[in-house]
Amino acid sequence: MIAANAAVQRPADARLLVVDALGSTREIPRRDFASLLHRGDLVVANDAATLPASLSGRHAGKGAPIEVRLAAARSLDLGDEPRFAAIVFGAGDYRTRTEDRTLPPPLAVGDVLALGPVHATVERLLDHPRLVELRLAGTHDEVWSAIAHHGRPIQYAYLPAPLATWDTWTPIAAAPLAFEAPSAGFTLDWRSLGELRRRGAGFATVTLAAGISSTGDPALDARLPFDEPYRIPAATAASIRRARRDGGRVIAIGTTVVRALESAAARDASVHAGAGIATLRLGASTPLQVVDAILSGTHEPGTSHFELLRAVAGDAALGRMSEALEIGRFRTHEFGDSIFIERSRDAFPVTVPSHRSLRGLV
Amino acid sequence: MNRRIAITGGTSGLGLALVRELTARGARVAFVARHRENVERVSREHSGTVGIVGDVSRKEDIYPIATQIIGNLGGLDVLVNNASSLGPVPLALLGDTECEDFEIALATNVLGPFRLTKALLGALAASAREGRSPVVFNVSSDAAIQPYAGWGAYGASKAALHHMTRIWGEELAAEGIRFVSRDPGDMDTPLHAIAVPDADRATLKRPETAAREIADVIAPVSFKAAA
Repeated sequence: MIAANAAVQRPADARLLVVDALGSTREIPRRDFASLLHRGDLVVANDAATLPASLSGRHAGKGAPIEVRLAAARSLDLGDEPRFAAIVFGAGDYRTRTEDRTLPPPLAVGDVLALGPVHATVERLLDHPRLVELRLAGTHDEVWSAIAHHGRPIQYAYLPAPLATWDTWTPIAAAPLAFEAPSAGFTLDWRSLGELRRRGAGFATVTLAAGISSTGDPALDARLPFDEPYRIPAATAASIRRARRDGGRVIAIGTTVVRALESAAARDASVHAGAGIATLRLGASTPLQVVDAILSGTHEPGTSHFELLRAVAGDAALGRMSEALEIGRFRTHEFGDSIFIERSRDAFPVTVPSHRSLRGLV
Repeated sequence: MNRRIAITGGTSGLGLALVRELTARGARVAFVARHRENVERVSREHSGTVGIVGDVSRKEDIYPIATQIIGNLGGLDVLVNNASSLGPVPLALLGDTECEDFEIALATNVLGPFRLTKALLGALAASAREGRSPVVFNVSSDAAIQPYAGWGAYGASKAALHHMTRIWGEELAAEGIRFVSRDPGDMDTPLHAIAVPDADRATLKRPETAAREIADVIAPVSFKAAA
């Protein structure tokens, strides 16, 4: 028999800081998340499972060791010979902080990277020595087999032990299309989904192929998030319409859900079913049109994740939140504690949403 | 019919008959088995199927299997946990059963289906939300109910699988996922030949017959999945 490993991603004692619409804060155990819900509320989560997106190998021409991190996909249907935006590192692995990783050998269009059982061809250079578009050679099932067997989850230097794939799938994870875990989904489990239903709230999902969240390289990080393909099921669009009509709140589990829903609503403020590409860059200047509250990880001011919260709440409320997180010694990052923020009155909707087109990227 | 179906133990016996029957009914089928040559042969012989090499009794294989199933099929509506281990071969009285052989039966017949079901639960729940009526079908045995001498490891593990199926069903009815555990009957399969080498094969059920009965439960011909 195989001994169970520590489930590092779901601390049983995780905490949840609640920031209400008036900006006041209180703490509850995260497992009691459903107690925040009212009849008619709709909880929306991202059901993308996480690809083991780190592929080690060699530059076929130069023989130099490399690590490729698949970073974003062009569409939810990978098809044969799929293309990805990818970040390429030189020798080394996750035990070196990404900030300190070496560059790969200079890459040129047509270069072949041998990644275990699969070969990747550099299709385009994307204006940065680490960033390329790759095409994986092989049929649909050959590519899936190669990723499933050779790929490893993207690791986080701050975690004590490397993550296994099972650590990166949320309980509701369905299609493996995310490059890093939509980690707010770790809050959900089958018990809380049952509790949510008993309280008269609804549950729906979107699928957004969440791209890589950080690279350790400031020039690259400034280009994140990449464009992300998403799909809104018809049932989800209908549930959102119903919740809004009946005065229920739309509660997003994680920033990827906010990005999918707000992108889908960019045209006329209502969420349409179907596939799309999320290009929206959320921040203080992107008033939310659909989402009333968000459950998310805790992050420090100055990070891109924090900037995104400015779409939800004003500076006063976020200031109080940061203070409470600091004083209460909450755990930060993807696998730490969480926050629940209701859209506040002092988040000033400012003019037009700023779309950021990286459409040419992947 | 566009049912997306995964079958473990898909290269022989009942599993192979299911791959045939469900493919003929127009389902999108992924099957799992341990030996690459067998997987490639069955996959060649049944075009459109996705063959996956993996061992459900190994914890490390579960996520690669799940990733390939969902990635290739684009989702999942039916999981058939069919791969089974007899435990000791030839069959042995419990007192003569090596612990390691009992562990293999438990890993294949109980833990494997538990782990694979758990890994695929998100995909099955997504299927339910889209109105596609997902089903997990666990292949049981009369040895799960009757205490046959010599069938200790197999019978005890199948009893655990049978009971686990019923608890899954209780817990996930509200999510819209149906769980079925059923004894397909004594079939003329390689597994049966190993267990009962001197059986009169003429008295045994043909796996094709059992496969049709199971297909009627998980993918009835009249089934119209929501697009």
